[in-house]
Amino acid sequence: MLSYIIRRLLLLPIILLGVTFLIFCVFSLLSPMERLATYVRDPAALKSPQSAERLIDKYHLDDPFPLSYINWINRVVHLDLGWSQAANQPVWEAICQRFPATLELVLYSIIPVILVGIWLGVISAVHHNDMLDQTIRVTAIIGWSLPTFIFGLFVLFIFYGILGWLPPGRLSAWAQDIVYTGANFKSYTHLVTIDALLNGNIPLFLDALRHLIAPIITLSYISWAFLLRITRSSMLETLRKDYVRTARAKGVDEHTVIHLHAQKNAMIPVITIAGMMIIGMLGGVVITETIFTYPGLGFWAASSAQQLDYGSVISFALLFATFMVLGNLIVDISYALIDPRVRLE
Amino acid sequence: MNRIIRKLFSNASSLVGIVLLFVFIIIALLAPVIAPPLSEDPYQIPRMSWDVNPQPPGFSMSDNIRDIYDYMGKDLKWDISICGTAEGGYDIFYGLIWGTRTAFRIGLITVAVASLIGVFIGSISAYFGGWIDEILMRITDIFLSFPFLVAAMVLTTILGRGLDKVMIALITFGWMGYARLIRGSILSAKEETYVMAAKALGVKDIKIIWKHLLPNTIFPVMVQGTMNIGSMVITAAALSFLGVGAPIGYADWGQMVSFARNWIIGSPGHAGQYWYTVFYPGIFIVLFVLAWNLIGDTLRDILDPRLRGEL
Repeated sequence: MLSYIIRRLLLLPIILLGVTFLIFCVFSLLSPMERLATYVRDPAALKSPQSAERLIDKYHLDDPFPLSYINWINRVVHLDLGWSQAANQPVWEAICQRFPATLELVLYSIIPVILVGIWLGVISAVHHNDMLDQTIRVTAIIGWSLPTFIFGLFVLFIFYGILGWLPPGRLSAWAQDIVYTGANFKSYTHLVTIDALLNGNIPLFLDALRHLIAPIITLSYISWAFLLRITRSSMLETLRKDYVRTARAKGVDEHTVIHLHAQKNAMIPVITIAGMMIIGMLGGVVITETIFTYPGLGFWAASSAQQLDYGSVISFALLFATFMVLGNLIVDISYALIDPRVRLE
Repeated sequence: MNRIIRKLFSNASSLVGIVLLFVFIIIALLAPVIAPPLSEDPYQIPRMSWDVNPQPPGFSMSDNIRDIYDYMGKDLKWDISICGTAEGGYDIFYGLIWGTRTAFRIGLITVAVASLIGVFIGSISAYFGGWIDEILMRITDIFLSFPFLVAAMVLTTILGRGLDKVMIALITFGWMGYARLIRGSILSAKEETYVMAAKALGVKDIKIIWKHLLPNTIFPVMVQGTMNIGSMVITAAALSFLGVGAPIGYADWGQMVSFARNWIIGSPGHAGQYWYTVFYPGIFIVLFVLAWNLIGDTLRDILDPRLRGEL
């Protein structure tokens, strides 16, 4: 167990190094001039050949591959990620400013994924092959076939276009005034809903929540459709185990058999997948935030991509890959902690 | 094999999938008949007007565009927008029909190439084992460290717009699942006696992999491939939706949805006025992906030994 964790931890730097190397390879597909543009704040500096050449030298963009890679890594480690044209500020600042919004969205989206996905999955397995199971299963496949961007537009259309309940963005104009310029408002966590509660401002909390609901629905539905499938098959397998039959034969009531005996064991693979699903939401963030013009990292990345702001896009990939590597590490280790069979090996 | 085909046709949900897929194949094959191209490049959606606003179904081509066709001496084979036009006057019906070809092209090519790469790397890794396995699997891990959509978006942004670039990006970050799958199967299959026998007879490694191991282990990869066609098409469409995929005006469903983005709300007092801009391309994407998923889902249940005989 301990050796497994140590092995995983030792692999971490190697994987991260590989990730940066891969990103740098992609980055190197650009010409030195294009790469230079990601560091320069004022486009005028690129106009004259002399100053451009001087800057290319300064940033070691035309050096042999290994040298320019080391140089680039050095700058990345010092968080010098260049200038974001799309955000009109340094890339690292842009990331720090937008991170809380995305974090808030992802954190809230975990709740429906776990609750709905696991709950429906168990129901589906218990009612294996009858009408209810078929309905849930087909709904899940349809949900899975429905791309996020179409589903999101649909949600926007219904809840904003027709009903006018759930507006896009992160806050209404009056709420923005309070959060960003209000004298009495203290930002403790930069998660607006939590800050609003800490400041005792209930209308602000409700406003933030109102803006969050539609993106949460959009971001989470694909994940719960998937989690439902995993829960269903894991539960089906467990329900066929001998110990479940024994419990039933002993006369234990069906509710206890399903929820106490079977569900506990069936949840082991589900927890791993749930962790992976939450990590998987990172990709969905880009589309969801773009649809609802929610000012997080994904929205910024998408608009950077449209404006060919290479520096921001590359940094975004680097950041999300790091999240994913760390997330996978946590999932793997917690899996080992949860499952006694893995622990004993 | 016969058993699988019989089950595919006897299961209600996969039957729906097969019928849907059949319809799409017909549409793709008959595209030039259903929607005759108006220009040299059939994948370029013809514009029905220069107007930014979408036009409702039944809209007839505006006069100034008619004049251009007259001037070039071409006779118009059709001039009514059956499903209306998207932002910028692009004809929706035409885009749907030719977009079917685009979807098949993206789905089939990316899955075929990605699975080939994956099978190649996975089988080498499993068969030779040792440090070759260690290195190849760590490389796989590194490629797996990116959220698929994010990786594809970044690579397409760097490479530039275009369907070929989209496919390159999807393949680059789409082969790892196959590599892991085939590696697992070969790891257990290579201990079998028939492989030992072949080795003892002095058969070359490559021939053992190609002639003995792959035929016995390739089936799960094919199932996985079927399931993946849908997700590849969705991701390609998502890239177009984000504005980094197909060039503007290319017959591609994702781009048609992205055209609809600014119009989905409708104008004040007329919510849903432009429903046709998102409804038609949306329905096509969903049905196409659904067809593949229904077939793949049933295939998986059939081949899952734990569920065998219970379907």
